[in-house]
Amino acid sequence: MIRVVLPAHLRILTKIQAEVQLEIEGPVTQRSILDALEARYPMLSGTLRDHGTGQRRPFVRFFACEQDLSHDNPDAPLPDAIATGAEPFLIIGAIAGGVS
Amino acid sequence: MSKVRILVGTRKGAFLLESDGMRQKWDISGPHFAGWEIYHLKGSPADPDRLYASQSTGWFGQLIQRSSDGGKTWEPVGNKFLYDGVPGTHQWYDGTPHPWEFKRVWHLEPSLTDPDTVYAGVEDAALFRSTDGAHTWSELSGLRGHGTGPRWQPGAGGMCLHTVLLDPSDPARIYIAISAAGAFRTDDAGATWKPINRGLVSQQIPEPTAEVGHCVHRIAMHPSRPSVLFMQKHWDVMRSDDSGDNWREISGNLPTDFGFVIDVHAHEPETLYVVPIKSDSEHFPPEGKLSVYRSRTGGNEWEPLTRGLPQSNCYVNVLRDAMAVDSLDACGVYFGTTGGQVYASADSGDNWSPIVRDLPAVLSVEVQTLP
Repeated sequence: MIRVVLPAHLRILTKIQAEVQLEIEGPVTQRSILDALEARYPMLSGTLRDHGTGQRRPFVRFFACEQDLSHDNPDAPLPDAIATGAEPFLIIGAIAGGVS
Repeated sequence: MSKVRILVGTRKGAFLLESDGMRQKWDISGPHFAGWEIYHLKGSPADPDRLYASQSTGWFGQLIQRSSDGGKTWEPVGNKFLYDGVPGTHQWYDGTPHPWEFKRVWHLEPSLTDPDTVYAGVEDAALFRSTDGAHTWSELSGLRGHGTGPRWQPGAGGMCLHTVLLDPSDPARIYIAISAAGAFRTDDAGATWKPINRGLVSQQIPEPTAEVGHCVHRIAMHPSRPSVLFMQKHWDVMRSDDSGDNWREISGNLPTDFGFVIDVHAHEPETLYVVPIKSDSEHFPPEGKLSVYRSRTGGNEWEPLTRGLPQSNCYVNVLRDAMAVDSLDACGVYFGTTGGQVYASADSGDNWSPIVRDLPAVLSVEVQTLP
């Protein structure tokens, strides 16, 4: 069981009060987590990864186990603590200032 | 008694302002989608309970929201805006080719007859259409592909398609405008397009009368006379009497002909409204006095409307999608400012008062006149 924590704006969008729990068959990677997440919550499609390129949106970050995994290969296996649910996979809206 | 619903898009959410036909007391709901930029929201003329909203942030990109109960509840619908084929390039600010990249939806224009059909004007400039209630979107790629696309370049706010006008007398005719490419028209429901910029003069570009490259800020029409168009260009207020084939300047005695909004009185096709802004580097009213200017002669002769508007120390802007009119008698006129005020006039502009004063910066204002 994988535990995923969404940023506040996307919890409101998906009407999720707490973390999301996902079952994933096969390798647990960023891509498999995001695919499973978007399959359950289609409204998230395009909010984390660009529709056209499939790339992580620039101001979205993936943290877990006190590491920033944002720049890792999306098909690289994630730490066992994520795969076992001991630690959550954190999706973060980057602290990136803003114009308004 | 008739009612009025104003749909306000702001930097940090959407607000709905509702009143009876007297337009004196207003109920305010919101913020809807708090914290997100709402560039535009608009109701279907065919079903006033059907609303569409463009919701975006720099973090999580673009969403489209739809309501089927007049804005009480919303559901996210399709947000996949993929350019048709290989998008190619347009000009970047430095003149180099730059790939077309989707950034956001600036304007949503519901069909005049079908609540499930809606057009989306987007940045980088393109026009999309949905015929299934905004679940899926297809680009009308004849616009980008008609030939001049590689010469288009962004205005200061980005290369946005911000205006979509549907001709009530001819379902195949659509007008659009792009900053900073100009105005375009299709006569075959979006399959093919042509630039309609003859008569525009922009001294800021290398060829002032070029076929494309003009920074059109807004176009307006009166539904009873859709071949007559009015334009607020970056500089100059313009008019066309032949569906955009030719334009002539009608700035007349305006204190400055820079501005963003332009609109037409609901019952008087020759009565126009603009909000003059001092200049393109000082996006605020001249002398800090906020004034709407009205022409009752189709342009050239303008009168300032100031009663109820701040006449000192006012340094707000009124953005291109932030003015609208209702169709009551007398016509109501509404506009929003970057300072968060929404001003209303229930007497065609003679007197103004703020409905709200402290919203986030207002990006768009639309009005629904309800039975």
